Amino acid sequence: MITILLFAHLGDQAGKSTVQMQAAGMTAGEMKESLSETYKLKGIYTAMIAVNEEFADESTVLKDGDTVAFIPPVSGG
Amino acid sequence: MNQSLFELTEKPISAEETANKVANRNAGAITLFIGTVREMTNGKRTLFLEYQAYKPMAEKMLAQIGKELSEKWPGTAAAITHRTGRLEISEAAVVIAVSSPHRKAAYEANEYAIERIKEIVPIWKKEHWDDGTEWIGNQLQTESYPEGKPGKGELA
Repeated sequence: MITILLFAHLGDQAGKSTVQMQAAGMTAGEMKESLSETYKLKGIYTAMIAVNEEFADESTVLKDGDTVAFIPPVSGG
Repeated sequence: MNQSLFELTEKPISAEETANKVANRNAGAITLFIGTVREMTNGKRTLFLEYQAYKPMAEKMLAQIGKELSEKWPGTAAAITHRTGRLEISEAAVVIAVSSPHRKAAYEANEYAIERIKEIVPIWKKEHWDDGTEWIGNQLQTESYPEGKPGKGELA
C-alpha cells in the first residue's frame, strides 16, 4: 500500500488530504496521471513530488510502504 | 522546553526565543527577520491567513537551509521557526535568527534563508478575503509567485 499526501488546493479539490493506493511498481509520474483523472486535480502537473520526505523525479518507481507527497508551488515565509 | 533550531509551531512565535537559540560568545551580531501577515496586497484586504505545512519534510528542509548557510558563511549559526494554522494581521509567520562573528555575514545569510524558504520548504498559505479564499502559489496566482516551484538545480 502506498500513502499519498495532497496539500493546499490539491487536498481541497480531492476532498481529502490522504489517499491509500495499491500502486507498487508505478512511477511517481504515472501516479500523477492517475490522481489527475480520478480526482480531477487541476494543477497537479505543476506540483513537485516527494517520496518519503525527499524531493524525487517523476521516473521514481514506487515501492510498497512509500509515502508520496504532491507539493504545489510553495508559499511559506 | 523545545530547543530545536528548525521547527514549525501552531503557537505564536517569540522572536527573542529564536534569537536566544543562536546566541553564543563568538557572535558579534545576530540578525533577526520577522515575516509578518500583511493586510493589503495589490489593493485587496486580507482578513487572516491560514498556513498549512508538510511538517516533517518542512522541518527537514529548514534544517537543510541551515546547513547551506553554515557552508556558505562559515561561523554563522541559524534558527528558523515557522508558524502554521490561522494567523491574524501583523502576527509573525516566520522568524529567522542568524548569528555570526561579523554583521555582514549575518545580514546576507538571513536574506538567503528567507529566499530559500520561499523556494523549497513545503508550506502553503491560504488567503482569506471577505469575498473568498485562495491558496497562494496555485495556478491562478502563479504569476505573482513565479519562484514558487523549485527548479531541479535548486534542490541540491
